[in-house]
Amino acid sequence: MADKGPDTIICRCEDITLDEVRGLIARGYKTPDEIKRLSRCGMGQCQGRTCRLLLLQEIAAATGGQIEDIPMSTFRPPTKPIKLGLLAKARKERERGEGE
Amino acid sequence: MKSTADVVIIGGGVNGTAVAYNLAARGCGKVVVLEKNTLASGSTGRCGAGVRMQWGMEMNCRLAKGSIERFETLGEELGFDGDLEFKQGGYLMPAYTERQWRQFKQNVALQNRLDIPSRLVTREETLAIVPHLSPEGLLGAAFCPKDGHLNPFKTVQAYAEAAARLGVTIRKFAAVTAIIPMTGLNKRVVLSNGDEVETPIVVNTAGPYSQVVGRMAGVELPVHSERHQILVTEPVGSLQGPMVMSFAHGLYCQQTPHGSFIMGVGDPHEPRGFDIGHSWSFLEDVAAKVTEIMPILREVRVVRQWSGLYNMTPDAQPILGEVSEVPGFFQAIGFSGHGFMLAPMTGILLAELILGLKTSLDVSMLTLDRFVRGELIREPSVV
Repeated sequence: MADKGPDTIICRCEDITLDEVRGLIARGYKTPDEIKRLSRCGMGQCQGRTCRLLLLQEIAAATGGQIEDIPMSTFRPPTKPIKLGLLAKARKERERGEGE
Repeated sequence: MKSTADVVIIGGGVNGTAVAYNLAARGCGKVVVLEKNTLASGSTGRCGAGVRMQWGMEMNCRLAKGSIERFETLGEELGFDGDLEFKQGGYLMPAYTERQWRQFKQNVALQNRLDIPSRLVTREETLAIVPHLSPEGLLGAAFCPKDGHLNPFKTVQAYAEAAARLGVTIRKFAAVTAIIPMTGLNKRVVLSNGDEVETPIVVNTAGPYSQVVGRMAGVELPVHSERHQILVTEPVGSLQGPMVMSFAHGLYCQQTPHGSFIMGVGDPHEPRGFDIGHSWSFLEDVAAKVTEIMPILREVRVVRQWSGLYNMTPDAQPILGEVSEVPGFFQAIGFSGHGFMLAPMTGILLAELILGLKTSLDVSMLTLDRFVRGELIREPSVV
């Protein structure tokens, strides 16, 4: 991403810029987990599906390491956003014996 | 590599970093924090991050009040250039039974005696404070406008960076495997990579793994860990000021300044252990309960669920101070699910105890010995 400006968006769900990510790396936060937790990069609707690789590339470039050597963040369910109302309904139906 | 330190702190969560900062701020010599993963990767970074003064026991009330007063100016004190996202929107605890109402009445009387600005609010006032709360079965609530929540990751970052500026060494990915007694008071703290740190003082701030660290030093701590699950939703427009906490449902639910809702329910059948996995039944359970008392949230989407561990003591109050049979081994453990909110006071008190200073608050009743003496009174206000 050497040719991209500091305002380039890395995480589009949470509007996290390249500059913010580089700032955290410079402060010593060099794992995807730390950067995710401090900046919200990858915490949005898509759960990092878009920004994960971009973030890994940035960390690798800054540390001189390989992407495959960087510990990944844990994948958290649910994989796709689900309405609370839908989950509540599923519980009710199961209790009534209508579900599954 | 072999090195020495004046104090070694095991666990880089909010308590470990707060103790480190407070020691350094009081001129303690060489302080080293050892964290097996990254900072706030354990219970701190997994918690609901609510902070409340509304407790049912005097000690918890005092620790919480002192802590919240410090949270109010913590960013400035620590010279933090970011935002701790402290939202002092209050805690609203709805009552659904007469028994609960009586308990809140008792708690509020105690809290007011300790200058905590909590009060009982009528059903109408409750609905004015949180308009989307269902009136169904609602009797009223206990409310304290000074309670709230903040960002646990930023809080730890602020403590850790302030501590580092004062000369504290913070080592990430530094797992402790053994604590070996030496001649005199010194102990050898051994890391998984073979490194050793020799120190007279070891502080246990290992959260849910405190009993594991205790065993390394030859102390059987009367604590156990249990999983608590939690979820976060997509961000929506500003809707809810206070944290809503219902003891009847075992539920808490806050809206962060970012707009997302964070919520969890306790599971009375959760087995003891170190499991930090997640379950589908939790999602359904919390959804059923939260949409029952706040139906508007039906339309909000869950984006992520995770879990963390509570480190429970028999009386749901922490263990603070030196272990009498192992001089130089200090505990700040067993917070039973409220370690984050008490951390500012824990940091100060531990630093004072370690440096032999007069403590800001008499916490002698919180030493490990109380379990030997059998002086237990259980805190009634734990979710």
